[in-house]
Amino acid sequence: MDLLHLTAIELGRKIKTREVSVTEAVKAVLEQAKEMEPEINSYVTLDEAGALMQAEAVQKRIDSGELTGPLAGVPAAVKDNMCIEGKLTTCSSKILSNFHPAFTAEAVKNLQKAGAVIVGKTNMDEFAMGSTTETSYYGPTKNPHNLMHVPGGSSGGSCAAVAAQECWYALGSDTGGSIRQPSSFCGVVGLKPTYGTVSRYGLIAYGSSLDQIGPVARDVSDCAAVLEAIASHDEKDSTSIQRKDYDFTSALARDVKGMKIGIPRDYMREGLNPEVADAVWKAARVLEEQGAVIEEFDLSLVKYAIPAYYVIASAEASSNLERFDGVKYGYRAADYEGLHNMYKKTRSEGFGAEVKRRIMLGSFVLSSGYYDAYYLKALCVKALIKQAFDRAFESYDLILGPAAPTTAPELGKSLQDPLKMYLGDIYTISVNLAGLPGMSVPIGRDRKGLPVGMQLIGNSFQEKTLIRAAYTYECATEKQFEVSADVRAGAGMAAGQAGDCGRACRQTGDPGDSAFQAKSEMPDVQAKSGREA
Amino acid sequence: MANQISDETMEYVGILAKLELSGEEKEAAKADMEKMLDYIDTLNELDTSAVEPMSHVFPVCNVFREDVVTNGDNKEQTLANAPLRKEDSFEVPKTIG
Amino acid sequence: MAKQYETVIGLEVHVELATRTKIFCGCSTAFGAAPNTHTCPVCTGMPGSLPVLNRQVVEYAMAIGLATNCRITRVCKFDRKNYFYPDNPQNYQISQLYLPIARDGYVEIEAGDTKKKVRIHEMHMEEDAGKLIHDEWDDTSLVDYNRSGVPLVEIVSEPDMRSAEEVIAYLEKLRQIIQYLGASDCKLQEGSMRADVNLSVREAGSSQFGTRTEMKNLNSFKAISHAIEGERERQIELLEEGKAVIQETRRWDDNKESSYAMRSKEDAQDYRYFPEPDLVPIVISDEWIEAVKSRQPELRAEKLERYKKEFDIPRYDAEIITESKSMADLFEAATSICKKPKKVSNWLMVETMRLMKEHGMEPEDLKFSPENLAKLINLADAGVVNSSVAKEVFEKVFSEDVDPEQYVEEHGLKTVHDEGALKAVLEQVIADNPQAVSDYRGGKEKALGALVGQTMKAMKGKANPGMVNQMLREMLG
Repeated sequence: MDLLHLTAIELGRKIKTREVSVTEAVKAVLEQAKEMEPEINSYVTLDEAGALMQAEAVQKRIDSGELTGPLAGVPAAVKDNMCIEGKLTTCSSKILSNFHPAFTAEAVKNLQKAGAVIVGKTNMDEFAMGSTTETSYYGPTKNPHNLMHVPGGSSGGSCAAVAAQECWYALGSDTGGSIRQPSSFCGVVGLKPTYGTVSRYGLIAYGSSLDQIGPVARDVSDCAAVLEAIASHDEKDSTSIQRKDYDFTSALARDVKGMKIGIPRDYMREGLNPEVADAVWKAARVLEEQGAVIEEFDLSLVKYAIPAYYVIASAEASSNLERFDGVKYGYRAADYEGLHNMYKKTRSEGFGAEVKRRIMLGSFVLSSGYYDAYYLKALCVKALIKQAFDRAFESYDLILGPAAPTTAPELGKSLQDPLKMYLGDIYTISVNLAGLPGMSVPIGRDRKGLPVGMQLIGNSFQEKTLIRAAYTYECATEKQFEVSADVRAGAGMAAGQAGDCGRACRQTGDPGDSAFQAKSEMPDVQAKSGREA
Repeated sequence: MANQISDETMEYVGILAKLELSGEEKEAAKADMEKMLDYIDTLNELDTSAVEPMSHVFPVCNVFREDVVTNGDNKEQTLANAPLRKEDSFEVPKTIG
Repeated sequence: MAKQYETVIGLEVHVELATRTKIFCGCSTAFGAAPNTHTCPVCTGMPGSLPVLNRQVVEYAMAIGLATNCRITRVCKFDRKNYFYPDNPQNYQISQLYLPIARDGYVEIEAGDTKKKVRIHEMHMEEDAGKLIHDEWDDTSLVDYNRSGVPLVEIVSEPDMRSAEEVIAYLEKLRQIIQYLGASDCKLQEGSMRADVNLSVREAGSSQFGTRTEMKNLNSFKAISHAIEGERERQIELLEEGKAVIQETRRWDDNKESSYAMRSKEDAQDYRYFPEPDLVPIVISDEWIEAVKSRQPELRAEKLERYKKEFDIPRYDAEIITESKSMADLFEAATSICKKPKKVSNWLMVETMRLMKEHGMEPEDLKFSPENLAKLINLADAGVVNSSVAKEVFEKVFSEDVDPEQYVEEHGLKTVHDEGALKAVLEQVIADNPQAVSDYRGGKEKALGALVGQTMKAMKGKANPGMVNQMLREMLG
């Protein structure tokens, strides 16, 4: 039986009816991963032994009647910035290349309670700082639809893994678009919940006031089911919110009659790739045909979101990353003289160029004399942006737009012009600033066959509205854009250029080594062949 | 207005952040930071006088825990990842004061 | 003509709160545990960990603020103070800069003839750092995070003090208030109360402030006094030589009785404070303030009145005993056992104070139990030991908290009341001291004292001097 083409819920049902065993499902996905990984590199760690052990344990719990949920026994992957007790957790950084946490992130614990089998940790931009997964210490992940292109970032590994059927669903994290943008580049469904919906305990922090964990899945139903499993109020996270509703799957209804959907004019202007724009207008028409009311409006302040975001996120990140100092865990430089030299060498050697850049910027904007002008100013702009959305949601139930201004760029083209790369976050970033929920849904392909995604933005705590609209769109289009990647076809297109790819992916600042070489030196890469300690 | 970051500033920020950039890295970081700061300066186009800086998006307040011991002896977990350990402590280069 | 200089002093006092758990996690704060046992991902800065605020910390901070006449900040927040140091696991300390919990208070002090108010600029909550121990062998440092995350209240005064006496009086007052609230045991020696002294000098009569320095590592009142004298002299000398005082932090070495600058170019002292995103604001309502006020334990003034009424001890005695809560607690506990308040008060005020002074101890350092004091009082009252033996035994109770009943038994210290046994000894003493006997019979009362003394010596102190005196008179006629 071809299990890989099933959705997570479909697989869950077959497991429940004993048509399929958990171990069978795990074996299928491990085989797929082993085949795909040399091309795609979605995983930092593929935990074969651990997954098979979990499979047995979960099967027992299913057999005893203890596990009855829709995701019980379904293999999943987790982005490598979420702690799992005893398992290598690296944030795709050299500075954590030997780190094994003593506890498991709350969101992952919730998945384990639901009977998930975690098969591995997925690749990401280092410390979630990036939009292409090219800043990873373990080499870039490729877009399964076309191996010459990036999967997006920072949750590129999670999205590629789902797109390439290397797992049935995955967890990603989103600080400025890191779930939604790669989801749109990889043709999968990704959701960033309202801030505070999913516990951040165990998520290695980047921008604390912006980070949220969310699902990456094949379709909207899977996405809703995963969200329902991971959302909870956690006393260990002071910013965790006690919500009134956690029954997200109840919103899986085909019904958008009378739903007022606003499309910001500012989103649909120059700078937006015409194929993407086209796909978005088409999607809007589909929803209109289903009974929604579509209208254009002025959102305003769109262009200010990016600078405000970078001030706030890099400031918080510069502080969050201070703990990586070679004292308590992680990498420590081999040669140093004295304490401060140890700090400097450890951090300079352990962090990649993009991370160092953002730490420098963050430290600068918080430094004496600049705090008011930059940080406080950015917090004021954040307040204005929230107000703009509040006003918009007085008139609309949902905001619709592109998830990114383009489809996935080619590998090696983005890192040379960071500012241009940052501009790619234009649609997703303000959603994090305002703490709102946002969802990316596949709506088409460009000429090269690269996926296009639309972004649905809801008012705070209105995930159900997003889910309902997305589900309706899915039904109306018969899921025609939710097709897993045909990696071999994508690989075929890349045939003539595989060599170039390696050079293009070299991390700047890494003396001499290519990122690939560095990876093969890391003992834990062998975990991918199943020898996870 | 183009932002100019001096070498002294880069060195100062490096001390704050405990980062030592190589010559090449430093030039690239400096250029990027200047561009970034120019971009960030566009925020000054906005009149924010009528609004308070917003740290937290939602008006959640007063989240507390009770004064009850819930953790036991976690010495081994704490020290498990220590880059350099001496008996039951973390070992670091000598500190002054 | 020599210039007159005025010393201007402000204090930053850190107080470790007496909560059971740390400020942001459920680890125990109990003192003396083996290194790194009272730790968890939160207080060791593990990636992915998050802080959750201990409500009791807020309440203690509020109580201290209210008891020092501060305004409570109704919406207060935490901020991150960023600096790299190994005792600081996250390399940032969660503290309060922009919206501290209390502001603009004061305490009244008496130093010598001066009575004044020392104003409190602000008071805030923050977390303590771990401990660094120098390893002699490897010339490295070892880090223990047991203390990391212990809750602190930092009290920052205005530069209102002018002498070491005033500083000590201020610290004693703060200690008294905080101990009475039960918020901390304020033991300078143990580090549950720490004082950093900010000092500058200026010419008498000037209204400009001089450049101030900050002094750290002051572990006793003596060290604080010495440091203040020393720094005042050092600064005056600099100014007299036409040099400038450099604003810096200096570390006091009490053994050398001097300070040295803790300067490092690697330490920019730019803390980049910004609001802590992982914690939410604290909103303090009127109701909450009232609730904290109502739960306030008996403070010093009330206790004073109650002692006078309930125990009928003189005001002077009550003042001394209630000066320190530890002393007052000792008094009440011992009194409730033996029911002899005047005797307990006497033992505390005379013998206990004497020994404390001799050993340079503070009331918090007292190690003996109220049970043993009560036992001793009862033994003395029953005449089982005489007063000088009692004093001897008390010294043992004071230093080792021995059980006096056991001690007296083991060392055979009971007063001999057997007249027959005494008579034999007295006859020997009379026979051995003919001169004293004839002197006494000749009218010299003092000679009797000498004979009593000889008897006590012969009895190794285990006789009742009054009884000996009486018997001698009878025997000598």
